[in-house]
Amino acid sequence: MGKELGSKQERGQTSQDPELLRRLLRAKDRMDVASHEEWPVRRLARVSGVSEAHFARSFKDAFGVPPHRYLLTRRVERATALLRDTDRSITEIAFETGWNSLGTFGRTFRDVTGESPGEFRAGAKAAPHELELVPACFVSAALRPDLTIAVSEKRRQDAGVRIGSDETEVVP
Amino acid sequence: MSQGVGVVGLYVRDQDEAREFYVEKLGFRVHTDARNGDYRWLTVQHPDQPSFQLGLFTPQPPTVDAATAQTVREIVAKGAMPPLVLIVDDCRAAYGRMCESGVEFTQEPVSRYGSVDASFRDPSGNGWKMIEERRSQ
Repeated sequence: MGKELGSKQERGQTSQDPELLRRLLRAKDRMDVASHEEWPVRRLARVSGVSEAHFARSFKDAFGVPPHRYLLTRRVERATALLRDTDRSITEIAFETGWNSLGTFGRTFRDVTGESPGEFRAGAKAAPHELELVPACFVSAALRPDLTIAVSEKRRQDAGVRIGSDETEVVP
Repeated sequence: MSQGVGVVGLYVRDQDEAREFYVEKLGFRVHTDARNGDYRWLTVQHPDQPSFQLGLFTPQPPTVDAATAQTVREIVAKGAMPPLVLIVDDCRAAYGRMCESGVEFTQEPVSRYGSVDASFRDPSGNGWKMIEERRSQ
């Protein structure tokens, strides 16, 4: 299942109850505003008022990515903004954006963006900025990494290795 | 002013609910609320902006077909409609007032770039950024 076939969208059935979508949006909004916090499925399901069993699939059908991958991309985006806009240390930024270890942060950041946090910072500081006139939340939504496959899968592809077929998500 | 944008419309899931939200909770005024059968042309105005109307429309047949209406309702509920920005004199005061009246905020007021901003959604899912007007030096 490396390509994650079988979601509603890929089967061409896109219809979901708007009332359910509105409640799923609430879970997405909560992750957006507090991506550094822990968001186990139980907590997200409660925000949306749906069962834990249905939450992950419904969220993916609605927003195109599983909830924890969405959270991971939000965290990486937040980290890129802090690397670019502040002088805080990489360690501080790792913990501030919700990672439990510097190693996991560095590895996942590189897997998602293709650069280490330090390399990203050096490049971003040298580049001119033109987004200061755009409200910050729109910028952060727009610059969120478009991660269409699981980090574990991306890692395998980048390494050019094809072993097994486990579909484990990297839980941030 | 005699030229310019007169009406920009939002899609909402329920016009009664939207009217109540924009008028009672946000302090807009009703400009036009005209019905003809199932069709309802509803626009509201910010009290400081008499030349501009915000339309609150439902996606429904025969304006759009039933399948398109369903798709639009889903898009709105997913928060995928484009950004909206409301300018206020005092973001924290407006936040306090609106919280009390039950507005769903998605971000509390934050100070940045010499201003203060917060985010909220209308009941349908349309997302608003509320930004405090920068005071001229």
